[in-house]
Amino acid sequence: MNATDIHRAIDAVWRIESPRLIGGLVRIARDVSLAEDLAQDALVAALQQWPESGIPENPGAWLMAAAKHRAIDLFRRSKLLERKHEELGRELDARQEALVPDFETALDDDIGDDLLRLVFISCHPVLSPEARVALTLRLLGGLTTEEIARAFLMPEPTVAQRIVRAKRTLAEKSVPFEVPRGDERAARLSSVLEVLYLIFNEGYSATAGDDWMRAGLCEEALRLGRILAELAPQEAEVHGLVALMEIQASRSHARIGPSGEPILLLDQNRALWDQLLIRRGLAALERAGKIGGSRGPYALQAAIAACHARVRTPEDTDWARIVVLYGELTKLVPSPVVELNRAVAVAMASGPAAGLELVDALTAEPSLQAYHLLPSVRGDLLAKIGRTDEARAEFERAAALTRNTRERELLLNRARTCARDSRGDGDGDKSDA
Amino acid sequence: MKFLSVYKSAERGVPPTQEEMDKMGKLIEQEMKAGTLLATEGCLPSALGARVRMSGGKVTVTDGPFTEAKEVIGGFAILQANSKAEAIEMTKRFLEVVGEGECELRQVYEAPQAHCAAKG
Repeated sequence: MNATDIHRAIDAVWRIESPRLIGGLVRIARDVSLAEDLAQDALVAALQQWPESGIPENPGAWLMAAAKHRAIDLFRRSKLLERKHEELGRELDARQEALVPDFETALDDDIGDDLLRLVFISCHPVLSPEARVALTLRLLGGLTTEEIARAFLMPEPTVAQRIVRAKRTLAEKSVPFEVPRGDERAARLSSVLEVLYLIFNEGYSATAGDDWMRAGLCEEALRLGRILAELAPQEAEVHGLVALMEIQASRSHARIGPSGEPILLLDQNRALWDQLLIRRGLAALERAGKIGGSRGPYALQAAIAACHARVRTPEDTDWARIVVLYGELTKLVPSPVVELNRAVAVAMASGPAAGLELVDALTAEPSLQAYHLLPSVRGDLLAKIGRTDEARAEFERAAALTRNTRERELLLNRARTCARDSRGDGDGDKSDA
Repeated sequence: MKFLSVYKSAERGVPPTQEEMDKMGKLIEQEMKAGTLLATEGCLPSALGARVRMSGGKVTVTDGPFTEAKEVIGGFAILQANSKAEAIEMTKRFLEVVGEGECELRQVYEAPQAHCAAKG
C-alpha cells in the first residue's frame, strides 16, 4: 500500500468506527466536545503510526485504546493540576488512582447503548433543527465540517460555528447522555426521526449539477436510519421511516429526466426503480406492522409509497387503498398538502370530478397560495373533464409559481394544448405554440 | 455507491461448522446493523449448480461440481460504501472471519443521476 492508499484506508476506518468511538468516549468524558477531541487525537495518532506500522488487525479497538490512553493521560494531568492547586493530601491521591481502572472498564460497556445515546443527544430539542442535522452528520455520520458544508451548499465557517455552538449548548444545559424513557421518549424519538428525514430530503432535492456530497445525504440518512432500526427495534415508526426512505430512494434514478426535468411518479420508467431498495423498504414496513399499534405518519407514508412500489404498471395501482391511507394520514397530521394528495388519489379511484370537488375546497387555503402543485393538479383534473379554458388558466398560474424551469416549460406546454383544444380540433393553431 | 463482493474459495466439500456459522452470523448481524450490508447470500456446493455458456450461437450446459476450478464462488454481498476504500475495509473484515479465499469487489453501475461521482 502506498501513502495515498493508507490514507484512504484510514479515512474508511474512521467513517466506520468513529460513531462507536465517540459514543463510548462521551459516556466517559460526559462532554461531547472533549469526546470528539479525544477521538480526533486517536485519529491523528493513527495517521502518524499506520503508514509505518500498517493498519492494525482490529482498527476499531486500536483507535479506542489510543483514545483511552489519551483520556487517562488528560484525566491524570488535570487531577494533578487540581491537586497542586488545591494542595490535596495523599488520601485523595489514592482514591484517584482507584478511579482510573473504572474508567477503562466503563469504555468497554454496551456499545449499542452508547450509539443510541449519541443519536439522542445529537438530536436533542435544546438544539435548533439545523444544529441537530449538522451535529448528527458530524458525530454519527463521521462527516467532516467541510463535507457537511458542501452537502448543504453553505460556507464551511458557518457549519463549523454551528457545531461548536451546539456542543457548547449541550454542555451549558448539562444535557444528560442517556436514552430517554417514559413520556419523554416519544417526543425525543420523533425529533431524531425528523432530523434523519430532513437529511434525507436535503439529499433527495439534489439536482444533476450538484456536488455529489448532496445526493450522498440520502445514503447517509438511510444508513443512519438502518442503524437506528437495529438500536431501537421495538419502535414501529423507526421502521416506518426506514421503509419510507428505502422506497423513495429506490426511485432516485427514475425521477429526473435527461435534461433535469422532474418526472412524476406515474410517468416514471419502473425498470429504473431499484428493486433491492424496494425489497428492503417492504421488509421494513412489515417489521413496523408486526410491532402493532396504530400506524404513525412515517409508516403511513411508507404504506402509500409501497402501494406504488409493489405494482409493475401504474394501471395496477390500488388507488382505493391509497385514498384510505391518505385519509388516515390527514387525521394524524392535518395538512393541506396531504389533502391535495388525497384529492389526486380520489380522482384516480373515483374519477376526476370527485377529485376536483376536494381540490376546489382547497383553493382558499392560505398556505397553498404559492404552491404550484395546487393549480397544476386542478388544471389536470379540469382538462380531464373537458373544462379546458379553466384548465389553461390553471396551468399558466402553476407555471408562474414553479421555480424549476423545465417544469415551467412542461406546464406552459399543457396550457397551450388546452388553448388549442378549447378552440376546436386544433387545425391551424400550431403557429401560436 | 454500491459494491458487489463475490467471494471465491477452494471448495471444501464439507458444510461449515456450527462455530463458523455463528461467527459469520455475528459478522452479518453487525454489518447489517451498521447499515452497510444491503444483501448477502451464501452458495450450496457447486455439485448442485451448473454453468450455462453461449458460444457461437450454441448453448452448452455443464453440471457441477466444478472440480477443475481451483476456486469456486461461495457467495456474494452487496455493500453500501462511501468509497472503494470503505468497501475494501468491510471486505477485509469478512475475509478475517471466513479465513481463506478471495473477494472480487466491483462497483455497481447506478444510473448517472446525482449519484454519479466516484470518491476514493
